[in-house]
Amino acid sequence: MDLFEFQARDLFDEYGVPVLRGSVATTAEQARSAAERLGLPVVVKAQVKTGGRGKAGGVKLARTLDEVTEHAEAILGMDINGHTVHQVMVAEGCDIAEEYYFSLLLDRTNRSYLAMCSVEGGVDIETLAKESPEKLVRNQIDPLVGLDRDTADEIVAEAGFRPEDRNRVARVLVQLGRVYRREDCTLVEVNPLVKDAFGDIIALDGKVTLDDNAAFRHPEWELLVDDSSTDPLEVRAKSKDLNYVKLDGNVGVIGNGAGLVMSTLDVVAKAGEDLPGHPHPANFLDIGGGASAQVMANGLEIILADEQVKSVFVNVFGGITACNEVANGIVHAMRMLGDKATKPLVVRLDGNAVEVGRAILEEFDHPLVTVVDTMDAAARKAAELAAQEA
Amino acid sequence: MSILLDSHSKIIVQGMTGSEGRKHTQRMIMSGSRIVGGVTPGKGGQSVRFEEDPVPVFGSVMEAVEETGADVSVIFVPAPYTRAAVMESIKAQMPLVVCITEGVPVGDTAHFFSAAQESGTTRLIGPNCPGLISPGKSNAGIIPANISGPGRIGLVSKSGTLTYQMMYELRDIGFSTAVGIGGDPIVGTTHIDCLKAFEDDPETDAIVMIGEIGGDAEERAADFIRENVSKPVVGYVAGFTAPEGRTMGHAGAIVSGSAGTAQAKKEALEAAGVQVGRTPSETAQLMREIMTSLRN
Repeated sequence: MDLFEFQARDLFDEYGVPVLRGSVATTAEQARSAAERLGLPVVVKAQVKTGGRGKAGGVKLARTLDEVTEHAEAILGMDINGHTVHQVMVAEGCDIAEEYYFSLLLDRTNRSYLAMCSVEGGVDIETLAKESPEKLVRNQIDPLVGLDRDTADEIVAEAGFRPEDRNRVARVLVQLGRVYRREDCTLVEVNPLVKDAFGDIIALDGKVTLDDNAAFRHPEWELLVDDSSTDPLEVRAKSKDLNYVKLDGNVGVIGNGAGLVMSTLDVVAKAGEDLPGHPHPANFLDIGGGASAQVMANGLEIILADEQVKSVFVNVFGGITACNEVANGIVHAMRMLGDKATKPLVVRLDGNAVEVGRAILEEFDHPLVTVVDTMDAAARKAAELAAQEA
Repeated sequence: MSILLDSHSKIIVQGMTGSEGRKHTQRMIMSGSRIVGGVTPGKGGQSVRFEEDPVPVFGSVMEAVEETGADVSVIFVPAPYTRAAVMESIKAQMPLVVCITEGVPVGDTAHFFSAAQESGTTRLIGPNCPGLISPGKSNAGIIPANISGPGRIGLVSKSGTLTYQMMYELRDIGFSTAVGIGGDPIVGTTHIDCLKAFEDDPETDAIVMIGEIGGDAEERAADFIRENVSKPVVGYVAGFTAPEGRTMGHAGAIVSGSAGTAQAKKEALEAAGVQVGRTPSETAQLMREIMTSLRN
């Protein structure tokens, strides 16, 4: 889960990372009264989980209350990279002397953590990494130790901070390292980390990604969840514990196992390439191993609620699950859905007890259900049906 | 031979008294694995009956190792307790730890993977994986033993169901070992580790490698194949249609910016001389042709 900047700010604050005072507003009036409390000047910042806010005009300095109102009105409702701005953060102004960059992230390649630091912050870090890689210092962090003071001292020296700033910067780095570990983050990025006119080090912006798998030990994360920009079908699927991702095509896909479902999407897209309207997958839906009739019904219900869906491809390989159970699941699901099941269903079953499974569907003999033997042929059939319906 | 696991492997199951652990211990025993014990803290001294044979439960991994000489541990404990379970096996110097559990925080995995590396004795497989099987010899995990018998194909895959699918399509040829390495951002054993082991295994003639979006494990495997693998390798990559920035089921299956795409992985593999199938069936067909030509 990605956090909004203001959520990251609050988290940093809890760990003693120096941040500026700020307040969240969903209306221009709220923004104005926040500015009255904080004192002018303030910065009005769009709260969206995407980069490039500055370039899009989503971050504005306001010197008067009228400017606060004006900027908040302009920014609220703005679209930034497909994200609608529903809230702004009104933050204290800051007299910036220098801008730096720091991040701590999961390093998949080395199977540990990576700290990246530069005395040139405030710029797009991918550009910096590409154009002047020597200015971006990278340090492996031992997961057994974390970012300790010794490592932080090494980082600030290597990155080329001035000797008089090193102590203060290193202290902030250690605090950010604590946020990373204790809060189960996979990314903590501060861009820019700044030195103000008084020589204080402040995290002026924050990007934090939390590891969803660690939610069991962070009940407080419930409060951070924000579904306002999530697709409504995804919200519904999540409430039913379904692993669902909405895509933009018209062939609904259900399968068991993440790898098999990803593969199914690819095979469907390939099958639809030369058909009229280029049918392609409408969603990713993994019902997992040993899916019950109820899970199958829940999955079908979500997919059929997607108005773009013209046909559905159920692709199951019976590994641990027996195909007869899956077939019974489909039969139950179709009965439970009754008149709500309106789209043609192509089913491919293979593996454990496949003959029994296919026989059950044959006997069920539902006009909307077609059984096809192979994954490739079934994908083709589902794509053809979608093309006909389109 | 086979890789990582053979008929001499003595397996303990951490979490054997739980419902998943019990179910899969039963299946492992049915497929011929030597299950020498289970470990559940606080339940030492008990035993669990499978068919007619009681399997002893130990209170700690250390005790289980001392009593049974176990050299493989398969872990089924729930995610909140996985880190402690793996650490316990590492401390007991378990040579092979297979972590089936899904949903382990990646910080925990980073922690116990580092500890395993430091130990110098423990090889970790997973987490979030189906385990591995050397058909006819031993089965450590949840891969159904009835899909395919023994043979001379080696298989390494990030995905469980695609492993089953591939084994099924090639069941008449058979497998030396099939390893499900798991779909998390950090896993203990990589494609490269398995490719190396298969290259060195006299009972493996050719290798199927299944990858998916996210990270750069496939690209690095491609480099490794170019330099170090003389046996034929057939590849498959899932996730061409996955949108950027979305996690597709597996915690590690995510395209970040322009990194981790299926297209880049396919191209890297092809550049290393690996034939890459467009669908699982086509991939199986490519392997079938290779095995046929090797036989002639």
